[in-house]
Amino acid sequence: MTDKELAQRSNHYRQNILKYIVKAGAGHTGGSLSCIDILNVLYNHTLNVSPENFRSPDRDRYIQSKGHCVEALFVVLADKGFFPESDLNTLCRYRSHYIGHPTRKVNGVEQNTGALGHGLPIAAGTALAAKMDKKAYRVFTLMGDGELPEGSNWEAALTAAHYKLDNLCAIIDKNTLQISGPTADVCNTDPIDEKFKSFGWAVTHVDGHDLQALQTTFDRLPFEKGKPSLVIAHTVKGKGISYMENVLSWHHGVPNQEQYALALQELGETVL
Amino acid sequence: MASVVVESKPGAKPNLEVFSATLQELATTDRDIVVVTSDSRGSGKLVPFGKKFPEQIVEIGIAEQNLVGVAAGLASAGKKTFAVSPACFLTARALEQIKNDVAYSDNPVKLIGISAGVSYGALGSTHHSLHDFAALRAINNLIVAAPADNFETEEAIRQAAAMTHPIYLRFGKKNMPLLTTDPNNGFRFGKGRVISRGPDLAFIATGETVQPALEAAATLRAEHGIEATVISMHTIKPLDTTLLREVAAETAAIITVEEHSVYGGLGEACASYLLQYGYGKPFRIVGIPDEYTVTGSQNEIFNHYGISGEGLTTTALDLLGK
Ligand SMILES: [Mg+2]
Repeated sequence: MTDKELAQRSNHYRQNILKYIVKAGAGHTGGSLSCIDILNVLYNHTLNVSPENFRSPDRDRYIQSKGHCVEALFVVLADKGFFPESDLNTLCRYRSHYIGHPTRKVNGVEQNTGALGHGLPIAAGTALAAKMDKKAYRVFTLMGDGELPEGSNWEAALTAAHYKLDNLCAIIDKNTLQISGPTADVCNTDPIDEKFKSFGWAVTHVDGHDLQALQTTFDRLPFEKGKPSLVIAHTVKGKGISYMENVLSWHHGVPNQEQYALALQELGETVL
Repeated sequence: MASVVVESKPGAKPNLEVFSATLQELATTDRDIVVVTSDSRGSGKLVPFGKKFPEQIVEIGIAEQNLVGVAAGLASAGKKTFAVSPACFLTARALEQIKNDVAYSDNPVKLIGISAGVSYGALGSTHHSLHDFAALRAINNLIVAAPADNFETEEAIRQAAAMTHPIYLRFGKKNMPLLTTDPNNGFRFGKGRVISRGPDLAFIATGETVQPALEAAATLRAEHGIEATVISMHTIKPLDTTLLREVAAETAAIITVEEHSVYGGLGEACASYLLQYGYGKPFRIVGIPDEYTVTGSQNEIFNHYGISGEGLTTTALDLLGK
């Protein structure tokens, strides 16, 4: 995919995130917009996963630890052909499989998530299985910066380094906000890089909205042989919609019709 | 009162040792068998397994939430994963991982709660697991079982290894004589085993408490002419309701016995089913009352709360008005 095509994909995904959140009347808007460029690059450039190979034991795995930003995952999976996009019209509706967190009832979803601090241990176990079976697949997990105080993350960080899981890549969507306020005020976890380095990880920073930089970053995996990799992606919560950017209330705010129209106007036309 | 003690048959081992031996045997021919431990290989009798199959044991260290999360990841990638940790920590510390990563995501982890119930005796409440049946019964997509003797343990491990859905098994540490040598009395999850039959009373027991129930049945028969049914209800969930209906129809009273809080375990599971089924005969739940247990060994704690041949005999006579 060319850089231009990739950029158009991001725009398309942002439009769809808003479209289906507005339709459902619910969703995690700000966080979905902060992580969507990462998901775009993962699914359109980095991951060896598709509807065709999803049952293959050799596929790459993506486990979304920050499950609440499911809208970002669903619009990408629909675009990749895991299910018809029209399914998303049922998002959060009575009896729909498309609930407000990832579930394996939806084709393309690896693990049921939603409770925070669960993605990294599962990803570490899956990466460990790859090592045991001498398989080449890689395991990715996307975490929010707000979920880092969960102790299970640090337990798994130890395990990943102990077992030299260089086929594991954790990505932190560092949008610096969480539901109650700035992450630095709620429970400061900085410096995240130094903490993970001291746990035995190889760490890289990247602009989480720079599609080229994200591609080159993931192309360099593993950052160091014998070490798990951490990508700290610096992002903006609500990215792409001026009145949402860095505004706390858009954590799970749903645009009204007027706001939705304004958002679409700001995003402009997508040429796929 | 004198009580008849069922003689310990030679060769009776702790169920935990049988668990470990069976797992070693399975691992010999199946490289996908993986054991995950939280600094618990000693208490899980898994040191020989670790020596023989160093590539098939994953040490996590003391971190039970991570133990279960990692086990879920291993199982999702096709490993026949046994997550082994003391029942007290496994089913409390890692309850959310059991609920979400194992049961909800349907990763076929075999959760093994070792030194369950009051096996740790005088180590006290932090080390007792008297809540695990209650907590895990309320979680969807999880089989909950407590094999009683060495035979049930070996069968449970073999069948669990082949299962494609999650299961929780709990084991204790004391020597468990065989409940029966009848080769036709097989083991299947969800199907209680009838060890003896009698019309006057039924003991429905689970795990290490089936043995004292058998002792009570022997005393009742020898000294009071009371013929009791004894059932090893190894699977707490799904409960064998077919057998429950049969017992309800054929016996005059029911006593449930478990190494668990009287709240939320086997007894309340049976009571709930039987009440809704229309059962109206005498019924009693024997287990650990809602208190921090008296200090003592497992045997002393069992005796204190009447989970013994003598205690269950007294309860039975009382329930039958004799
Ligand atoms: Mg955040």
